[in-house]
Amino acid sequence: MSAAPLEVRELSKRYAIGNTLRRSHVHAVDDVSFELHPGTITALVGESGSGKSTVARLLARLYAPSDGSVLFEGSDVARVKRRRDVLRYRSQVQIIFQDPFDSLNPVKTVRHHVERPLRIHRVVPRAQVKERALELLETVGLVPAVEVAQKYPHELSGGQRQRVSIARALAVEPRIVLADEPTSMLDVSIRIGILNLMLKLKEERDLTFLYVTHDLASARYVADDILVMYAGQIVERGPVEQVLQDPLHPYTQLLLKAVPDPAKKLHAERIEARKSHASAAIDPTAGCRFVDRCPLAIDICSRVTPLLVEARPSHAARCHVTAPQPATERT
Amino acid sequence: MKTLMVESAPALTRTDTLLELRGLTVDYGHGERPTRAVDGIDLRISPGEILGLAGESGCGKTTVAGAVMQILRPPGHVVSGSILFRGEDIVGKKENELRRFRWRNVSMVFQSAMNALNPVMRVGDQFVDMMRAHEKISKRRALAQAGDILEFVGIDRKRVRSYPHELSGGMRQRVIIAMALALKPELIIMDEPTTALDVVVQREILQQVEALKEDFGFAVLFITHDVSLLLEFADRIAIMYAGEIVESAPAAELAEAPRHPYTQGLLESFPPLSGPRTRLTGIPGFPPDLRDPPSGCRFHPRCPHCLPDTIDLYRLQTTERPALREIAPGHLVACHLVTEVTE
Repeated sequence: MSAAPLEVRELSKRYAIGNTLRRSHVHAVDDVSFELHPGTITALVGESGSGKSTVARLLARLYAPSDGSVLFEGSDVARVKRRRDVLRYRSQVQIIFQDPFDSLNPVKTVRHHVERPLRIHRVVPRAQVKERALELLETVGLVPAVEVAQKYPHELSGGQRQRVSIARALAVEPRIVLADEPTSMLDVSIRIGILNLMLKLKEERDLTFLYVTHDLASARYVADDILVMYAGQIVERGPVEQVLQDPLHPYTQLLLKAVPDPAKKLHAERIEARKSHASAAIDPTAGCRFVDRCPLAIDICSRVTPLLVEARPSHAARCHVTAPQPATERT
Repeated sequence: MKTLMVESAPALTRTDTLLELRGLTVDYGHGERPTRAVDGIDLRISPGEILGLAGESGCGKTTVAGAVMQILRPPGHVVSGSILFRGEDIVGKKENELRRFRWRNVSMVFQSAMNALNPVMRVGDQFVDMMRAHEKISKRRALAQAGDILEFVGIDRKRVRSYPHELSGGMRQRVIIAMALALKPELIIMDEPTTALDVVVQREILQQVEALKEDFGFAVLFITHDVSLLLEFADRIAIMYAGEIVESAPAAELAEAPRHPYTQGLLESFPPLSGPRTRLTGIPGFPPDLRDPPSGCRFHPRCPHCLPDTIDLYRLQTTERPALREIAPGHLVACHLVTEVTE
């Protein structure tokens, strides 16, 4: 495995909420570090509000980080300001959004959506733009491409629209695609097709994906590695199969119990109803953010913030109980 | 014709029929080519039963709910068939009769709780409004009852003073479920009640609905696109495709021995969380346009078993609509391939 093209170091994003008298801060992303390895799919899972989409948007430069850095080929993405450099970054890192109904312009044809990035980034000579656009549509399975290219978004199904988004993202020949819940708005019978397309692009083009999702089963289906987020922090990280078959963090364990699994059929386990509904990401104090919901919590958990520790080879968790912290560390 | 509205109707047993749809057909639009969203479906729900109705978007499942509640908006309308609640047809009832029937006999939990509550009214006041529209009850008593019901669904009774935006998505959905329970209806229609929620919250709410069902004894028509959820939760499951019911069976049987190729494809569209990681295919193609549905079996353009090499069968599949037949006790399938009664 070669060096990671994208490395995230101690990334944080805070938002102020409330008014001047009662100011609080949401730590939407807090001390997040990971790497994306070339030609792999990394799943980023968590519940809504866990900060997973914020991470994707920070990587896409849609938000500026409060702290920390995103290193692309060794240079910090957030400090890139020159238009030429921004364009260069965007030509390497593309994002696909959740809602294929909102992310396409309703008065423009499919052709327009796919040709535009080709022109802006001057990917191919002007004379070849049309031809390349059709190739891209074929790559994502929109055939017959000539016919599809003339259609407007409202004439396409949700799955087809999402494929247009993917074709558009691929137009600039990126190395990394940030896919923010690309299947959650689609019908179940269509979802597998999009996931298979991601796998195909990974295998044939050596593309690197960050796949943001709340669906553990689809993460297992496509991903090589998995990152589990809770209240702005990564609480578990490792190879997907190892994490899901033998999770370390109690939150991952809870998630796994809650997912309906056709394989388990009628033998699903019951889960405890949570007592506290407050988000642990608002003005967090010292201690583990999962402590109020944790069945394993011990005394230290509410006093000391746990670190992400590799308890097993390449499998790390942020938990005092299941991933014992190095003795020298303090808060 | 007023029997429907009797408040203490005789108790039904599990083997009786609470709600029965007979040949229900719903169109959107009139004239030459209306869109037939629901095409002659039969469905039956017993008291205390959880019936899951599953299918992809556009298959007509939400339209079924709208028809049962009689809240279809023009151009949607029931063309034919009947909706029998306790044996009485509610199609064509007058609006003032229906108003009492809704919430008291049948209530509904809508898809997005975020939008179902009035954002500028306190939660408690919304309860009071709804209850006082149906019962002679003082504001104070209604508010006290609202608090009781909120506690039933796991929300602090002080929350009657909250505005919807002060609650999380999961809590708002619980409030909606509490409102649906308030008048102790015999049937609750839940249309994708947990789709917008996290898996953990979803699981909590489903467990709560099951527990409440034990206490209150209502039946549930649970509409979702997520069959994997129903396998755990429902007593019986009906699968809809392009306006028709293609298979219905007890949940355990549907999970273990699905017979319709669409059901099989749907179940195989969910990657498993355990066992081998194999490449799945999903279902090729996409659901048909109901303004112009395919001839014959509506699933035939996507069906892996519809091949031109078997000429006789192919002709049947592409020209004749398969009837919904009982192939085992309680297991109905509409497919030309499934003919014999098994076991």
